[in-house]
Amino acid sequence: MASSSSDNSTPKGEPWVWFTSLGLIVGLTMVAGLLGLVLINGFSVFWAPQVPTVKLKDGSEIIGQFVQRRVRPNSPASDPQYERQYQIGLRELNSTSYVWVDELNITDEKFTRETLGLERMENGPAFIIPKTIVDSTGKQHPFIVPNATVDSAGKFHPIYTTAFSLIRAEVDQATLIRERVLDINQNKIGLVNAEMEETRIALRRAEDRQEPTVELTDKLKTLDLKFAELKKEAEEISKLTALGHIEGIDAKGRSVTIPFAGIVRAWEPNRMTTLDRIGLMFSRMQEFLFDAPREANTEGGLMPAIFGTLVMTVFMSMLVTPVGVIAAIYLKEYAKDGPVLRVVRICVNNLAGVPSIVFGVFGLGFFVYVLGGTIDQLFFSDQLKYNNNTPVFGTGGLLWCSLTLALMTLPVVIVATEEALSAVPRGMREASLAAGASKWQTIRDILLPASAPGILTGVILAMARGAGEVAPLMIVGVVKLAPTLPIDGLAPFLHLDRKFMHLGFHIYDLGFQSPDSDAARPMVFATTLLLIILVVCLNLGAITIRNRLRARFKGASF
Amino acid sequence: MSNARFQARPATDQTGRPDFISIKNFGFWYGDKKALKSMSLDIPERQVVAFIGPSGCGKSTLLRNLNRMNDLVDGIRHEGDIEIKGQSIYDPGLEVISLRRRVGMVFQKSNPFPKSIYENVVFALRVMGVKNRAVLDEACETSLRKAALWDEVKDRLNDNALGLSGGQMQRLCIARAIANRPEILLMDEPCSALDPIATGKIEELIHELKAQFTIVIVTHSMQQAARVSDRTAFFYLGELIEYDTTEKIFMNPGQAQTEAYISGRFG
Ligand SMILES: Nc1ncnc2c1ncn2[C@@H]1O[C@H](COP(=O)(O)OP(=O)(O)OP(=O)(O)O)[C@@H](O)[C@H]1O
Ligand SMILES: [Mg+2]
Repeated sequence: MASSSSDNSTPKGEPWVWFTSLGLIVGLTMVAGLLGLVLINGFSVFWAPQVPTVKLKDGSEIIGQFVQRRVRPNSPASDPQYERQYQIGLRELNSTSYVWVDELNITDEKFTRETLGLERMENGPAFIIPKTIVDSTGKQHPFIVPNATVDSAGKFHPIYTTAFSLIRAEVDQATLIRERVLDINQNKIGLVNAEMEETRIALRRAEDRQEPTVELTDKLKTLDLKFAELKKEAEEISKLTALGHIEGIDAKGRSVTIPFAGIVRAWEPNRMTTLDRIGLMFSRMQEFLFDAPREANTEGGLMPAIFGTLVMTVFMSMLVTPVGVIAAIYLKEYAKDGPVLRVVRICVNNLAGVPSIVFGVFGLGFFVYVLGGTIDQLFFSDQLKYNNNTPVFGTGGLLWCSLTLALMTLPVVIVATEEALSAVPRGMREASLAAGASKWQTIRDILLPASAPGILTGVILAMARGAGEVAPLMIVGVVKLAPTLPIDGLAPFLHLDRKFMHLGFHIYDLGFQSPDSDAARPMVFATTLLLIILVVCLNLGAITIRNRLRARFKGASF
Repeated sequence: MSNARFQARPATDQTGRPDFISIKNFGFWYGDKKALKSMSLDIPERQVVAFIGPSGCGKSTLLRNLNRMNDLVDGIRHEGDIEIKGQSIYDPGLEVISLRRRVGMVFQKSNPFPKSIYENVVFALRVMGVKNRAVLDEACETSLRKAALWDEVKDRLNDNALGLSGGQMQRLCIARAIANRPEILLMDEPCSALDPIATGKIEELIHELKAQFTIVIVTHSMQQAARVSDRTAFFYLGELIEYDTTEKIFMNPGQAQTEAYISGRFG
């Protein structure tokens, strides 16, 4: 018996088990490869490596951060020659931030300890050799890097120069001031602007109807004054850092002056410890997550896009869930089986296969122009008439994006809900009806709670699809740069009519529309990573809820 | 023990209406398939009637027609009539819901809702719109007591009903079925998934419930039919072969088929 076991104990289909796992392995490899690529590339946005000073054959030098190495185009395949890409920064002087250098041209590479890395509000990063620091009071400090100490074991201990601490302090101060100015410019002046807008519309209306306008013009005047005051205040504040700057030279020996007001971050790439680099990394990550973008979105943070994606996805789920569930209940429980129902089912299922851009076109044509236009005419006619025909809902916005995606993901929810309803044991339905419950009571009290986990599965799928969708959003309300968030402190807090930023569109915009594709590349990966993480988090949240619900039905199998 | 199945219970007082449920020339189709051939029988008030017969003979079909549970099935058709207290259950003026509130049902496979024990029991009252907590509490306790489950669950009324044992669940389903005090209780093989002790409890229960309810029970166990019922109906291939007092059916059946079935020669 035992001897022949190898033949008899293996069921016939068994050898194919590994074959089915092959599919899984292929899938997993692809996912892992994608994640790895995104991780490695996205990570380079945050990491600050050493910055070499590269000497070339012709005697010139460049200072720049190594980006990548590749086989030089046109080099013979038998004897490949490489070239390297460096990010040299100082776009205003070098006209480009990135250069390719033929490896054969490189004669020497050294890490100058004085090299200072600067992340700036404008024109990208800069790598310079600082000479003099002028602080905010106008006092000059020479920039000297003392020799590092080397201990008996030969270990290198960098010394923090007072010069660099000074730079740090000045940058911190400049950042604080910049934030204060931004607060005035965006929030306070924004409020005044909104009020002015309203008053102007009211004024135009009053003029049109030949009503007294004195009060309104007076109000407008006070608002103008307030506006000017705030502007002045902002100027005053920004003057506080106007003096401070760094003077230095670039790789070509040209002298550069960089005001502290324009510096976001300063670091010494060739002197900092690993711990410092990690600190810098976290500081950059924090900016990435919580700050607004700069420099045509290629730098700074993604907060508005993260926020926009989240709000849109949640809002979409809130729209699609009730509609989908109600539709499914009707289809499953009330509609009479027949050719009509079958056609409707086929249509619903086919809806899932329609390219998403088609939904975008529909959203623009129907939601934005027809629905939005009607809403504007009915409720915002004053605004239209007295505000140069500026539409409120008759243009792309959060509401229309959510609605379009809700429509797109509707089949997923409908199908999942129908499945979940069918999966409720027949006994439960019969027990409820036999107890004298009406059909609706049975659906509400028994069927819906019991199918909640299945419905949530559908919602999870819908959310995952909705959060990653870009094409339809581009035409119904997502923009490259939105001045405001869809939720803020201004009544009515949730601004359904506002345009907003979205991670998916951000990726598209960075990758394909950015003027400086080299500068945008790491950002594309970092944003992709973030989008993936966001979708995973949303899903995990929904899955947790689903598992909680499922736990309630655990004993159901007896 | 060997002749236990012939120890029919003595007939209880017969003061109730003899044609409490009256099935008149009733025939039934699932689509084109005739499941019940035209049959007539009267079920007296506050008695236990057992339906017996081999599998697929139409016991459940008839039982499920008494509270129109078969309405859920597509393409059904019936002929003849069923009357409860003289009123046709197909009377267009009678709502199915109110019929089902008067006719409780216990299923073969216990089917508690994934809710708390308490909510399970008071479900029928809730759907009737009862909100008064005292009334619900009272109904919950009485029906659980009647279902002989109260002592086992009184401390965990708010626990999920799916955490009960199979037998407890079935008794819970009985409690649920009697909570709104129906007049009739239909039981479709209520003990088929239970051990002898739980079965014994439920049989005792049936005996007690008889004082208030008219009970129709489908069973595959001759002994059970003999133990709990006053009258027994024997079905075969969709046909009512014999309907008489349980004593008569088991001791002295009128038909050869009945005799063959209860003596275990087929089925
Ligand atoms: N929903 C249905 N659709 C079509 N035919 C059905 C349906 N339910 C039952 N039947 C058929 O009706 C006949 C009677 O079924 P029924 O369930 O009443 O038998 P039963 O006596 O209860 O059997 P069992 O003892 O096995 O429960 C069977 O032939 C069965 O195949
Ligand atoms: Mg049956």
